[in-house]
Amino acid sequence: MNRNNNLALLLGKRELGHGRTLVSLLVMLAFMFLPLLASAQEAAAAAPPAPVPNKGDVAWMLVSTLLVIMMAVPGLALFYGGLVRSKNILSVLMQVMVGFSLLVVLWCLYGYSLAFSEGNAYVGGLSRLFLNGVFDPATGAFANAATFSKGVVIPEIVFVAFQGTFAAITACLIVGAFAERIRFSAALIVMVIWFTIAYLPVAHMVWFWMGPDAYTSADVVADMNSKAGFIWQMGALDFAGGTVVHINAGVAGLIGAIMIGKRIGYGKEAMPPHNLVLTMIGASLLWVGWFGFNAGSALESGNFAALAFLNTFSATAAACLSWTLIEWALRKHPSMLGAASGAVAGLVAITPACGNVGLMGAIIIGLLAGVVCFWGVTGLKKLIGADDALDVFGVHGLGGILGALLTGVFNNQALGGPGLVTDWVTASVGSAPIMAQVLIQAKAVLITVVWTSIGSFIAFKVADLLVGLRVPEDEEREGLDTTSHGERAYSA
Amino acid sequence: MKLITAVIKPFKLDEVRLALADVGVQGLTVTEVKGFGRQRGHTELYRGAEYQVDFLPKVKLEIALDDAQVSRAIDAICKVARTGKIGDGKLFVTDLSQAIRIRTGESGPDAL
Repeated sequence: MNRNNNLALLLGKRELGHGRTLVSLLVMLAFMFLPLLASAQEAAAAAPPAPVPNKGDVAWMLVSTLLVIMMAVPGLALFYGGLVRSKNILSVLMQVMVGFSLLVVLWCLYGYSLAFSEGNAYVGGLSRLFLNGVFDPATGAFANAATFSKGVVIPEIVFVAFQGTFAAITACLIVGAFAERIRFSAALIVMVIWFTIAYLPVAHMVWFWMGPDAYTSADVVADMNSKAGFIWQMGALDFAGGTVVHINAGVAGLIGAIMIGKRIGYGKEAMPPHNLVLTMIGASLLWVGWFGFNAGSALESGNFAALAFLNTFSATAAACLSWTLIEWALRKHPSMLGAASGAVAGLVAITPACGNVGLMGAIIIGLLAGVVCFWGVTGLKKLIGADDALDVFGVHGLGGILGALLTGVFNNQALGGPGLVTDWVTASVGSAPIMAQVLIQAKAVLITVVWTSIGSFIAFKVADLLVGLRVPEDEEREGLDTTSHGERAYSA
Repeated sequence: MKLITAVIKPFKLDEVRLALADVGVQGLTVTEVKGFGRQRGHTELYRGAEYQVDFLPKVKLEIALDDAQVSRAIDAICKVARTGKIGDGKLFVTDLSQAIRIRTGESGPDAL
């Protein structure tokens, strides 16, 4: 009776008789169950429908992938091709095109799994061997891959394709170091072994993580972090591959150049580029394609793709300019090779930085890259003394190191950078202290250099033991095109 | 019969060809060559590699002539090919022991 009276008071009604007691009781029960009803709806809201790829994101990522393919064939092929003597151009085009093709196939078979599936902190596992699970023919289901935004996904196939171009083109970069004297079979063996033991683990260490949607609450953070790659866990920033691609290939190139030895006549005979027009065309295709490489690394179409895009534009232009100007000042003639090399140096340096630094920071990075890499192909090259024929270390290695370190500087919001995500549960953004971040970047660089040095040494050593790294002297003198490939590039 | 071999600066070729036509010389053979005498070469720089290029592009003419035409041809060539600067080139005259027109089989001065 008391309860009913209280309820009646709650409901603002007058004191009720027995007949209305039942109604009141029922209403009270209904109100008791209301919270349960509401929580049932909340439960439905707490498990949202699985995210579906956005058509704009997918379209952009497919285009980005196309652009990176173009960077390799014909971009890199022509850039390198024009730099060698005419008797060797086909050998360079072959090493790039066939090497690229070989590695894309291996990527699909096992590369993707070892790089981008859950394994340990150093390398992935075998869950995606033969791309198992990416597409399920029984159900027709296409798996999705995470981006950097919660609730945003792209089809995993797209991610496989995009990252496959990265793996393949990185190995092709090394071609420049051993050009004009390597045995074709040795080149392919080196690329396969290096891809497997150097590229895949570094890609895993730097880029593999569980994705933003895995960070649902604070208590899973430590567990999710532990599943990520070793260098990712350190907090290193590498948007599109300063470490994974450029330092990796640059150091491999240097090791290879040392192990294979100098070209016959190096330092005595003239071996200038035979066609700088091709080199310029190649450099231009690289620049245009690199927008896919860098802006596509945002994994979705949007603000960070835009940031990476403009940074790739401005840094490259700045580097082309600074190399040209310093060459003009120091050596009287601003050269086409210098302008093209400057542009590539800028592209290399901005690669780890593009989505991680501000708009003015990118220009500074570009200006510095032109100057530093100019030293890399002149002073530093003389110091090292190896015949890194097409300056893979001087441009990619040194440019990658510079870019990786400067990413730590210009990421900071105080210097105009976008900062980094400090908590993936809330996706809140902050800045690491500059010196602390630069130190993390330096550690990432060091780990990459050490890992790839060992991997490269093994790759070149095995190739040497299996088939021999160099062609015989008379074949090198005549030219690799006719002796290795039975073809002549120019009939005249 | 004589064979004149003249190495001249490439841009002078058209003027020399016209000057020779004016003195009645009908045919000549031209090759692109490289060479140097007292003319200095230049340095080319490709990234870190410096090349001293001594050879300069020249054009070589070979003209087979009857003895009577030789001095007129030499005058025509030298007058027109001269710029006064180092690198103008050189002209050589050698004896030609036989000449044959391939189409008709004519030989000697008739072949020229």
